[in-house]
Amino acid sequence: MATPILSVKNLQKKFGQYTAVENLSFDIHQGEILGLLGPNGAGKTTTIQMLLGVMEPDRGEIIVFNQNFKKHRQEIMRKTNFSSAYISFPGSLYVDENLKIFAKLYNVKNAKQKIDDLLVMLDISELKKKAFYTLSSGQKTRVVLAKALLNNPKLLLLDEPTASLDPEISHKIRNILRHLTKENGVAILYTSHNMAEVEALCDRVIFLNHGKIIAQGTPAELAHRIPEYQLILTYLDPPERMRRFLARQMVEFDLGDNGQVKITLKERQIPELLRQANQLDFKIINIDMEKPKLEDVFLKISRGCHPEFISGSSR
Amino acid sequence: MKFHRINAIIWRHIYGTHRTLHRLVDLFYWPTLDLVLWGFMATYFTRAGQSAFNLMAFLLGAMILWGILIRSQQDVSISFMEEVWSRNLLNIFGSPLSVPEFLTATFLLSLIRIIIVFAFMGLLSWLLYAFNILTFSFYLIPFWLNLLIFGWTIGIVAMAIILRFGQRFNFIAWSLPVLIQPVSAVFYPLSVLPGFLQKIGLALPTTYVFEGMRQVITTHQLSISHLALAFGLNLLYLILGCLFFVIMYRSVRKKGLLSKLE
Repeated sequence: MATPILSVKNLQKKFGQYTAVENLSFDIHQGEILGLLGPNGAGKTTTIQMLLGVMEPDRGEIIVFNQNFKKHRQEIMRKTNFSSAYISFPGSLYVDENLKIFAKLYNVKNAKQKIDDLLVMLDISELKKKAFYTLSSGQKTRVVLAKALLNNPKLLLLDEPTASLDPEISHKIRNILRHLTKENGVAILYTSHNMAEVEALCDRVIFLNHGKIIAQGTPAELAHRIPEYQLILTYLDPPERMRRFLARQMVEFDLGDNGQVKITLKERQIPELLRQANQLDFKIINIDMEKPKLEDVFLKISRGCHPEFISGSSR
Repeated sequence: MKFHRINAIIWRHIYGTHRTLHRLVDLFYWPTLDLVLWGFMATYFTRAGQSAFNLMAFLLGAMILWGILIRSQQDVSISFMEEVWSRNLLNIFGSPLSVPEFLTATFLLSLIRIIIVFAFMGLLSWLLYAFNILTFSFYLIPFWLNLLIFGWTIGIVAMAIILRFGQRFNFIAWSLPVLIQPVSAVFYPLSVLPGFLQKIGLALPTTYVFEGMRQVITTHQLSISHLALAFGLNLLYLILGCLFFVIMYRSVRKKGLLSKLE
């Protein structure tokens, strides 16, 4: 297998008695998008700050582009960049002035053209001569993203990059990121609380909780670790009859008063339940089924129910 | 150290200066007010029968030279605080920029601004009071350099304290130079101070500059040994100031405080 772009080994960070990141190890390869997920305080931002060198790890090793990060930080940072929903730029400066500063900082050749291209790509070219403080939060997020792409990075660290963007712009940004990974081989570490976005974008996902990896895999693999499906039936029978039937099936259900029932059950139970309902002549007029999603995994982890999500465990 | 990164930080503070009211106020408004105030005071004392040239030179010379230290210190501290206020600190320190490059850029920036302010105040004092700052001839250069470097040192110390202990210590940026002014013998000789304050004054390079300035005005001579002592103390304090900043920056990285500062 090719050498990873980023390799994190046994990273640890403690603040007094509180362990923010514990024994964290992972790799990101060229052209890969790795999602770093977890509830607030899970250790995602601490990890990104250690990868930027603005926070010193207590233990562990970070290897980027096959170089030790601690010894070659400046060289590595020339080919790395980041964006975060929590950073900003000097408000009184124009958008292009802010970007020119970072173009100088990253020694970008032909900076003017590069800035113009990025502003067009992110649909903000009309903001070029506007003071940063006058922009909406969505526009500011896009300017920060333009900064992150200025130096054609080979490694991008994106901490909630689409927070405050409307769905259309978020979609556009995701397309840009996909293009960057496929065409330029950029490796991306991506944190977000938008599970649908992570599911659509990331090749692989790591779930953190209390600084530890508690699950990892592709979004589909992780979602499949949740055995429960949601079956939604719309029926014409008296609700009491349906209630008695489902109680006998030993499944969880929520009987609405609109002729609908939401049943939580394992995938393998579905055919048998429907067969029996048909045999008993239930008048079912619609069947909907919801597969487990990454969001369900996130919710389980956030609520502390995660023994089944130990890395590498199977269903 | 790479020049393009130093250049980037300098341009970060030059862009938009003409649109930023507080920067224009810092560059021109306060120096003008100081000059007018002290100029009128010198004029009043002169009319009251004091030796005309010396008093004007004492007060305006001291005021213009003290302005160098204040500007130099505040340019360093406030440039840093502007990054904190605009939540730009992570962008900057999360880039390839190193701490020595950041400090060098801040020093050069303050040098550029001081040249502008010094030229402006020199011209204004000549126009308003016919006082020529170049009266100090080539002695002006060591005075100027000493105050510039000591301003940097105080600026670095203030910056390091704010970096480590947070924005509640912003007042340090304005209060540190005010604290050393009374013992630096800016407007009066060191001998005026009580004994223990004289000892503190002798440990500050600024004292030798202002005593030297009065010596030049009255005798047209300058003690080289005092000047050398001022440079020696300045060098020592600058090294200690830079070390203090590096230690505080390391502590901030260890404790993960850089993002919490904003």
